[in-house]
Amino acid sequence: MALMIGIPRETATGEKRVATVPEVVEKLIKLGFKVAVESGAGDAANCSDDAYRAAGAEIIVGAAKLWAASDIVFKVSVPTKEEVGMLREGGHLIGFIWPAQNPELMQQLAAKKATVLAIDCLPRMLSRAQKMDALTSQAGVAGYRAVIEAANAFGRFFNGQITAAGKVPPAKVFIAGAGVAGLAAIGTAAGLGAIVRANDTRAEVADQVKSLGGEFVKVEYEEEGGGGGGYAKVMSEGFQQAQREMYAKQAKEVDIIITTALIPGKPAPRLITAEMVKSMKPGSVIVDMAAERGGNCELTEPGQAVVKHGVTIVGYTDLNSRLAKQSSTLYGTNLFRLTEELCKTKDGIINVNMEDDAIRGLTVIKDGAITWPAPAPKLPVAATKPAAAKPAPAPAHGHGGGGAPASAGKTAAIFGVAALMFLFVGAYAPAAFLGHFTVFVLACFVGYMVVWNVTPALHTPLMSVTNAISSIIAIGALVQIAPPLNLLEGFDRPDGWIRWLAVVGIALTTVNMFGGFAVTRRMLSMFRK
Amino acid sequence: MMSASLATVSYIGATILFILSLGGLSHPESSRRGNLYGMIGMTIAVLATVFGPRVTMAGLPWIIGAMAVGGAVGLYAARKVQMTQMPELVALMHSLVGLAAALVGFANYIDPVAAHGLSGAEKAIHEIEIYIGILIGAVTFSGSIIAFGKLSGKIGGKPLLLPARHWLNLLGLLVVIVFGYQFLHAESIGTGMIGLTVMTVIALLFGIHMVMAIGGADMPVVVSMLNSYSGWAAAATGFMLNNDLLIVTGALVGSSGAILSYIMCRAMNRNFISVIAGGFGTGGGTPAKAGDAQPAGEVSPISAVETAELLREAKNVIIVPGYGMAVAQAQHTVYEITQLLREKGVNVRFGIHPVAGRMPGHMNVLLAEAKVPYDIVMEMDELNADFPDTDVSMVIGANDIVNPAAQEDPGSPIAGMPVLEVWKARTSIVMKRSMASGYAGVDNPLFYKENNRMLFGDAKKMLEEVFVALKA
Repeated sequence: MALMIGIPRETATGEKRVATVPEVVEKLIKLGFKVAVESGAGDAANCSDDAYRAAGAEIIVGAAKLWAASDIVFKVSVPTKEEVGMLREGGHLIGFIWPAQNPELMQQLAAKKATVLAIDCLPRMLSRAQKMDALTSQAGVAGYRAVIEAANAFGRFFNGQITAAGKVPPAKVFIAGAGVAGLAAIGTAAGLGAIVRANDTRAEVADQVKSLGGEFVKVEYEEEGGGGGGYAKVMSEGFQQAQREMYAKQAKEVDIIITTALIPGKPAPRLITAEMVKSMKPGSVIVDMAAERGGNCELTEPGQAVVKHGVTIVGYTDLNSRLAKQSSTLYGTNLFRLTEELCKTKDGIINVNMEDDAIRGLTVIKDGAITWPAPAPKLPVAATKPAAAKPAPAPAHGHGGGGAPASAGKTAAIFGVAALMFLFVGAYAPAAFLGHFTVFVLACFVGYMVVWNVTPALHTPLMSVTNAISSIIAIGALVQIAPPLNLLEGFDRPDGWIRWLAVVGIALTTVNMFGGFAVTRRMLSMFRK
Repeated sequence: MMSASLATVSYIGATILFILSLGGLSHPESSRRGNLYGMIGMTIAVLATVFGPRVTMAGLPWIIGAMAVGGAVGLYAARKVQMTQMPELVALMHSLVGLAAALVGFANYIDPVAAHGLSGAEKAIHEIEIYIGILIGAVTFSGSIIAFGKLSGKIGGKPLLLPARHWLNLLGLLVVIVFGYQFLHAESIGTGMIGLTVMTVIALLFGIHMVMAIGGADMPVVVSMLNSYSGWAAAATGFMLNNDLLIVTGALVGSSGAILSYIMCRAMNRNFISVIAGGFGTGGGTPAKAGDAQPAGEVSPISAVETAELLREAKNVIIVPGYGMAVAQAQHTVYEITQLLREKGVNVRFGIHPVAGRMPGHMNVLLAEAKVPYDIVMEMDELNADFPDTDVSMVIGANDIVNPAAQEDPGSPIAGMPVLEVWKARTSIVMKRSMASGYAGVDNPLFYKENNRMLFGDAKKMLEEVFVALKA
């Protein structure tokens, strides 16, 4: 029996996202599920009821009816008490839960004998879990939107221009924290043409910052800032001092600051003091993406955009809802990928397999039993990089000989052996042989020099043409077939035998001669610019 | 009739033309002229011989008859062969050269005129030349026949490893030397024939054994090695007949094949000796250390439609073809896709590994057949550094040459082999029939990389679907 996935309308204030979009509904139906959507659920995200219906979903009017009809409910924001009340006994719920912050909610859900998968509890270090990582996808959208909000509040262009009306300097943007949101912000700001600088306590992200067109600003203090799980940790006092100095310096220079610094389970670190805000140029903008958790800036007012000391401080906590369609699409796809993992049989039945590291981490309540927090997944402990596999020395292909010259000792040895061989030949071989031998050795060298110049693309034609040329053996057979009679006088020559051997030899070699050249020609005529 | 001197200068002319012919292959532009030089050189050499002092007109009907038959067969084969079958054709042609060299050797030995007036060291050297010439010819012949069988699938690709095979080879060599000694001291041609025949049989068996022991992945080395042998056989015949043209040409071909073998070995990071000794690609014969870095995880499949979407949105695409493309005859579809993408402004290039396919340059010829312009077909070294800036790398029927284990896992049987770093592209797509491992029998961690997608199915069929989706 195919299960029904229900998509209720989000009820939290300002929440415009929806847990799935019509494009994803189609994919869910392909997995064998039925999908029901509460009427108006996608309105704020530009997904009409009709679009859902066209994708194959059933539209249900009224939250209570929808919750009652659904075996599995997809949610975005943390469910309210009322919503939990509507959840079916023993039903499934997937969405953001934040179990650490919401112990009461956990109790209520457990009382409902529900099975709850908290998308925020995904073990993010499992590489195959990335496709389900909603925190990442949402942070990316938020980072983009933060730049757009900054641009909106900022009175100038982002990119530098030289116009008839005068020169416009590019905006300078400083981004604190180069996590997913920070990196998205760097890329967006750089794309708009601003000069982008960024800082993070984790020195290893410097390359990622550069790759997106940003400049990494270092704190002049040595400390490792990786706190495990890809998050940052609280740093030492000495480091924080050095960091403050760096921020103070940046605040004076830049036009826009976007802060994204978060530490799991702790209030957001205070990076931008009132002093620093005062030191900024009038008209500057600060976007505080950590506003919900207290803010990285002292003067941030969560949910508001305020002007203080001539600086606009944007503290919106609903950046994702301000890009509802995009956020919903990505979130919906994350949930779809999760559903795929739950329903490997593609028959519309889910299996919450607690043996699976990713599923185990996500599942915070299983059939009414609280299973959070999950034990740490068996992970490669910061896989110590294998002594960077030595890159093979780039072979100098063709064009001018075989790579690096051999070592002196090796060369000497080769020359020694060659000298001995030549001595031996010289001591024993008759003069006639030596003549041919000279020709042979020189021809080998000529061949060596010529063939190294052959481009690798033509190696097959090279083989077929050398093949054709080696049919020169025909000459050996030709001279045997009917030598002048005066040479034969006085010999008992088995003419018949020799002739037949020679005729067969000629026939064989002419196959090569004609075939080899013809096929080479055919091949070469195909090579074109 | 030509005089002896005229024949000799003709030979010199032919020699120069042959050298120019090989030299012309340094670039596709000049290669066609190179081939023409080769044909002219060959014509001059044959005419100078036929009308030279060593051949009387009595032989002409025989010569014309033999050449007409051989020429017709050769031209027919050259016209009919499919480009995917080039390795087989080349191997077969090597065997003909080997056989001809052996026949000429025998004919020369039973011809009393050839050894006339030779005595002492000269006679000994002449006989050694015959002996070695036939030896090389016979090994080339039987080895090439087996290589042909393996390449055309008539004989299984797996190496046949006889117990104590190295000792068997050594024993064969000893027998060859012993009979060589007996051959040199033979009183008459009749008794000498015994040694010669025994040696030929052993040489034939050795050739069979040698190639049977070599795995499919090493085939490019084998083909180029046999190419080299056929040259040495011609050179040995030249010594036997005191003919410098044969010596020079044989040496040219011999060193050409040797260099190719060397390049192929280097491309696989393999020692020439160990390739010849055989045993690579045994799939069970030399298992990787059990439990050692077994790539685990799951593969992410992708559909043809999604592939088309990825390609459409890419700026830089690198296609890495392998033997699978040849087998599926997919090169034309690949080019249609390439054309379509290039029209859309996508930068599409091809990355060719030196040992992709079953003979050196195999992929280039197939792509050329499909009319892919050669300036977008790159060597491994030319574009390996570009993968990080590539949006999509598409692997069509290749496995070992894109295996990251070669760089990452020092315990892997292919460790150290230079490979195309497709996994560094933003997304890599591997087209494959199933999850079976490549010829080397090595599992490929590429498939489990998170930015890798698998497009399962027959290469040609899937590519056609991609093409249709792209056009839509």
